[in-house]
Amino acid sequence: MSATFDRKIEATLADSRLQLAIYKATGRLMSHRKTAVDSAVLPEYQELRTQANAIKRHTIENLDWFLEEFERNVLAHGGHVHWCRTATEVADVVLGIAKRREASLIVKSKSMTTEEIDLNERLEHHGLESVETDLGEYIIQLKHERPYHIVAPALHLTRYDVAHVFEEKLGVANETEIENQTMIARRVLRDKFLRADIGISGANFLIADSGAVVLVENEGNARLTTSAPKVHIAVAGMEKLIPRAQDLATFLKLLGRSGTGQALTVYTSFLSGPRREGEVDGPEEFHVVLLDAGRTKLLADPDKRQSLYCIRCGACLNHCPVYRKIGGHSFPWVYSGPIGAIITPQFHGVQSEPGLPFASSLCGACAEVCPVKIDIPKILLELRAEVKAEEKHHAINQAERAAFRMFAYVASRPRLWQRATKLAARFGPRGQGYVKKVPGFMNVGPVRAWLSQRDLPAPAEKSFREMWKERQGR
Amino acid sequence: MRAREAILRDVRRNLGRDAGEAPATPPPARICIPEIPREERIASMLERVAALAGRTLHAHSTSEVLDYVAERTRGAASVASNAPFLRQMGITALPGVESGFTDERNLREACSRVEVGITSADYALADTGTLVMIASPAEARLVSLVPPAHIAVLPAERVLTGLDELFALHPLPAGETSSMVLITGPSRTADIEQILVRGVHGPGEIHVVIVD
Repeated sequence: MSATFDRKIEATLADSRLQLAIYKATGRLMSHRKTAVDSAVLPEYQELRTQANAIKRHTIENLDWFLEEFERNVLAHGGHVHWCRTATEVADVVLGIAKRREASLIVKSKSMTTEEIDLNERLEHHGLESVETDLGEYIIQLKHERPYHIVAPALHLTRYDVAHVFEEKLGVANETEIENQTMIARRVLRDKFLRADIGISGANFLIADSGAVVLVENEGNARLTTSAPKVHIAVAGMEKLIPRAQDLATFLKLLGRSGTGQALTVYTSFLSGPRREGEVDGPEEFHVVLLDAGRTKLLADPDKRQSLYCIRCGACLNHCPVYRKIGGHSFPWVYSGPIGAIITPQFHGVQSEPGLPFASSLCGACAEVCPVKIDIPKILLELRAEVKAEEKHHAINQAERAAFRMFAYVASRPRLWQRATKLAARFGPRGQGYVKKVPGFMNVGPVRAWLSQRDLPAPAEKSFREMWKERQGR
Repeated sequence: MRAREAILRDVRRNLGRDAGEAPATPPPARICIPEIPREERIASMLERVAALAGRTLHAHSTSEVLDYVAERTRGAASVASNAPFLRQMGITALPGVESGFTDERNLREACSRVEVGITSADYALADTGTLVMIASPAEARLVSLVPPAHIAVLPAERVLTGLDELFALHPLPAGETSSMVLITGPSRTADIEQILVRGVHGPGEIHVVIVD
């Protein structure tokens, strides 16, 4: 585990206000989901998950086919498709469009994909103003922070934090009422929507048979982003494809319920191309950016490629006992929680944060609530194996391997095991049920670290075998 | 075209596929339409909208519709969409209701100024309390989005059971429109301390009027 990871975790654990905020928010989302997928209200829930998994599997296994079909249909409706391998290529596409349209103001709706590639910073670097319009994203953009949670980006902030940032950045004095804060953001952003030259959105789904981008939201900012400006650019990871518009009947039933417990979010926009003949409003230009940025690399592993099925509902974060303690900012990348723990090492290499796949109790809650049935614990185990395989030569791992080899040797030989446990009971560490201290010579770095976080049961004075023997003898 | 070709090449290599290789038959789309009598659908639609803090009316005559809309738009400037149904109902002739916009600039100006936007809806989805808005010359996008209040008036026969029926009727919405929007309740956010606030960007007030 890197020192940064360790330090961020410690800081989060020590912050009792933050602990409460995470606990309350995720707890509320968990209970909303539970009600929404209850068999009394959604008897088809498990069938929907199975169907969603089958559709995603089929799409990812044939991704090139669906990408080309999607592209054909976008073009057929008068839109444009841009294929980008890197963050820089995406920025170049947007800058090119902005230059041609003489644009200076861009409004953005929430998109994890653009967070992933730091699009705002790249555009601002070239003198464009790029404004986040989802309330939570707007606040964290003003604070220059990363989203704390996939669906609740400002989960870690209180109304007082918001009052502070509004005072500093908007010159609004001491407004601590949440409703008033929301209306301040509405006024500031409404003006931006009406003046913006370009709207940039992400995409919850790309529909191959329609060439459509589907956006799911509650505030209406994605609708404004894609309706008011003359140009709409959707930036989407290539894995967002599903084959048919009809498949939305499956996915939309799962996404809102898993994320926030809503049967449907307030707005679902199905957008396929620029405005058509006779329409009074809507964008004149419609662009879709298909982003690779590491996704093709993930396809190489037939098992782990299921990580790309994710529809970013956030349910695995809410249900993860680790996320609920260490929070979103402890994670090394914009994607946090269990899904972050499996995709970060695959995008950036397992050595980017070797502790990440180990930051899990493997309880399996994430897999149980995942609407597309990604087997997250299994992938975590595979990634752990990869970390260890790469670190084979490290002295500490060699020592660990030697220790476990010795353990295996003893444990697979009954006589030897009996003798060893007897010795341990006699001379080994003592404690009230658990080992609190080990003899000095053993209390070194790795052992101490191990014991600081775990309870090792103290050896019983008599082993089961000994007790059994005594009973037999009676 | 360089990035496109490189990406497709890498995807195919990592999946072990050849260019243009057709996939096996995909799992069939899952469309299950329950049989629910019309009155039950209407009741469910109105109940769901009310549960989301929307206001509702099940009208049995044109005058009932007009009275309801007139009550809300009295003293409140309003924009009505170009939907023929609203004209038939006489809504576009109500005092203070502007309609018939064909120019984007004027429409934007009006929508930003008024308090109420009035539209019809192509469908309603009974099981979620959802309005389906298909953009067309008759239905601009901004009318149901920019003013702080939204009134949707639609005939009872357009109340469907749910998403499955919608996508059974419109398997390819892109063939008909550039934008299909589902609206389920008033605009909302809970981004600050998970406290619910309505009307953050879209209308915070929504009325659904179903006409028999």
